[in-house]
Amino acid sequence: MQRRAKFGIGIGVIVVAMGFLAWLGYGESKTYYHTIAELPTLHGDARAHRLRVGGTVEPGSIHRLPGRVDFVLQGEGQSLPVSYVGSDPLPDTFVDKSQALVEGSLAKNGSFVAEQVQAKCASKYEAAPTAGPPAKSADTGKKSAPGSTM
Amino acid sequence: MDVFGSFALLLAFICAVYAFVGGIFAIRTRHPLLVKSVRQAGMATCGLIFIATFSLVYLFFSDSYWVAYVVAHSNRDLPTFYKIAALWSGQEGSLLFWSFLLAVYVLSALFAYRNKNGELMPYVGVVLAGVQIFFLTLNNFVASPFKVLATPGTNGALEIFTRADGNGLNPLLQYPEMVIHPPNLYSGYTGFTIPFAFALGALLARYPGEKWIHLTRKWTMIAWCFQTVGVLLGAHWAYAVLGWGGYWGWDPVENASLLPWLTGTAFLHSVMMQEKRGMMKVWNVWLVFLTFMLCILGTTLTRSGIVSSVHAFAQSSIGNWFVGFLALILVVCLVAYVKNRDYLKSENQLDAIVSRESSFLFNNLILLVSCVAVLSGTLFPVFSEWLSGSRISVGAPFFNKVNLPIGLLLLFLTGVGPLLAWRKTSTDSLKRNFGWPSVFSLAVGVVMFALGLREFYSLVCLILCVFVASTIVMEFYRGAKVIRARSGASFAASAVDLTLRNTRRYGGYIVHMGMVLIFVGLAGAAFNKDAQKEMQIGSTLQIGPYSLLLQSFESKPERNYTAERMVVEVMRDNKALMMLYPERRFFQTNEQSGTMVAIYSTLRHDLYVVYAGQSPDNQRPVIHAYLNPLVKWIWFGGVIVVLGTIVTLLPNRRTVLALSAVQEPATARPIAPTLAPSITMREGHD
Repeated sequence: MQRRAKFGIGIGVIVVAMGFLAWLGYGESKTYYHTIAELPTLHGDARAHRLRVGGTVEPGSIHRLPGRVDFVLQGEGQSLPVSYVGSDPLPDTFVDKSQALVEGSLAKNGSFVAEQVQAKCASKYEAAPTAGPPAKSADTGKKSAPGSTM
Repeated sequence: MDVFGSFALLLAFICAVYAFVGGIFAIRTRHPLLVKSVRQAGMATCGLIFIATFSLVYLFFSDSYWVAYVVAHSNRDLPTFYKIAALWSGQEGSLLFWSFLLAVYVLSALFAYRNKNGELMPYVGVVLAGVQIFFLTLNNFVASPFKVLATPGTNGALEIFTRADGNGLNPLLQYPEMVIHPPNLYSGYTGFTIPFAFALGALLARYPGEKWIHLTRKWTMIAWCFQTVGVLLGAHWAYAVLGWGGYWGWDPVENASLLPWLTGTAFLHSVMMQEKRGMMKVWNVWLVFLTFMLCILGTTLTRSGIVSSVHAFAQSSIGNWFVGFLALILVVCLVAYVKNRDYLKSENQLDAIVSRESSFLFNNLILLVSCVAVLSGTLFPVFSEWLSGSRISVGAPFFNKVNLPIGLLLLFLTGVGPLLAWRKTSTDSLKRNFGWPSVFSLAVGVVMFALGLREFYSLVCLILCVFVASTIVMEFYRGAKVIRARSGASFAASAVDLTLRNTRRYGGYIVHMGMVLIFVGLAGAAFNKDAQKEMQIGSTLQIGPYSLLLQSFESKPERNYTAERMVVEVMRDNKALMMLYPERRFFQTNEQSGTMVAIYSTLRHDLYVVYAGQSPDNQRPVIHAYLNPLVKWIWFGGVIVVLGTIVTLLPNRRTVLALSAVQEPATARPIAPTLAPSITMREGHD
């Protein structure tokens, strides 16, 4: 069954090579998702991981400074100061009270240094003053300011 | 109208249930009247879904702000064009739109085959009705688009409550492409339901032979074409609207649209092995099952927020329905397969490693590896949470590492595969088919290297593009030469003639050529540049060969929004070239803003200019410019792919020719001498 062996080797080489590349890419880009409340409980290695944190932007907390944008994320009654240092412009949806997802790492002082920010507008219904159906989330499109291109 | 619409949906649901249950009885009893009535119930389902959809469109056009969905996604000032797009801008509407498109396909299939394939159609009808029942359940009972706003009245009873105006459409969606992108992508997603239903139906019916593949080829091509256009339009939208200078970010929603495309592409190729050689029967059936499941998964990811781009955000309970449906499909497919698998025995074996079969095999393998990589990367947060408790996501490096080599391998096969003979290819034919293209592409590679192109993947990609393009051009050249020798027509006319005689083969080449152009565009991404600067009137920003001069900066109210706009003059070599107007729009109704990117696009590169807001220190406008090489080739390649697909769908032109011996055979495949004179006999070889 030499023929089958040839195919087997060909397939094996491809699968193993791709598996190896996938493993490399995984190591390079794995990001741990945590809530704001979980951050202080992280210790050792876990603090050094690339992290992704979600929360709501505190109204009035956005300060655009040269080279970075500072703001505060809130969630579960806790708040987290964030400095965005990425080069891409912040997404249009990033405003007070919008829900944001930041990706980056924890600084020594417990604040967060973000390299990427994604944002989605708060539900339009929640603030609606008039009577209406129970709050329901509005669909706000795809995504904003993702990472790198291919 | 809202009541009318929801009744139509309810009736559609009832008809679909009848088509499903009655269909099963019809298969058992084979009673002709029952078969007919079930088919008509299937058609009625579709008609009722049309009525419901048009009701919702009517509610948008008539500004009916007592319907919750209309309030959420429209407002009075919204241009008419976007009121149509508002139909699929939210959960309920897009699910109804899914049903609508599915109904278009189902109705066409039921109608086209109403008097044909009597053995198979009842099974197909039952599968289609089953899928429709699922979506109609969602439309009716889970996410009804016809919910009205109500408030407790004076006597305690609920009264319909009308808002003065709606909340408006998300500005990100107020872009012409967003009006055509979702319908394309959804048409792709829903379109694969037809081949799925035929495959499952044929398996259940133990329907003989490869008939289901012949029947569904056109449907698959159409769905695939929509899917391709949908993916590319999505990329173009992300590029032209989101203002981050790129077109693909490996976002879950993007990945969701790519997954069925990968397996669908694999399916399009591997069915040829079944048609020509009776091989890969099990594989093909599973590929189409998988493609359909990935379409449903794609819809799930888009609609449910299970792995939303922004993970922590509102999750909707609709995800559970989809997961349940996926599990159900998997079980049905598995049971059908296990019960009928003996009918899928392969008739032939692989003969040689350098053959058309093996090129298809490797094509399928790497498409599947890519699919597995993209799927696992996309669902990694879900799986890692199950397995280890911590939610880990992977980013662009993961996807790029795996998919760049896969893409290149695929590109290589695109050039090689179609020219390999079935069974076994001789060394002679390898030399003849690939000699010149190899020499030529390597020479181009050397020149590009000498000119300073050092990016490994891009260099390899461009070399392969030249290689594949030249094999395709050679194929057209050889074929056209043969026709020209006989008819004396011009080369161009001969090439057109050649294409029309075997649309499937030469249309396929055109599609491949489109893919080559897309890859050329992708190769440019390694050389993207960008620059950012605070501007004053009269100051300039230099990027590449261009300097951008800010002429003025203004704030201008429009009907639906207020725009902050930069007026930028583009100069090259101190000569004025053109004006660009990057702006940001602020929408009053929902207090959102939208960036409008200004792009000056040439074949060489795109100058992509974004107004990045005002500087916090001095309120000066900030300009962010990108120089992205070769991007235009991607969109152009997409157009070629569509044209090629249309060609493959044309029937072959049958010309009666006075056959004369051809001096130089077009290919050196083992051909029976009696067939040799005409090139139309090559039909059997694509």
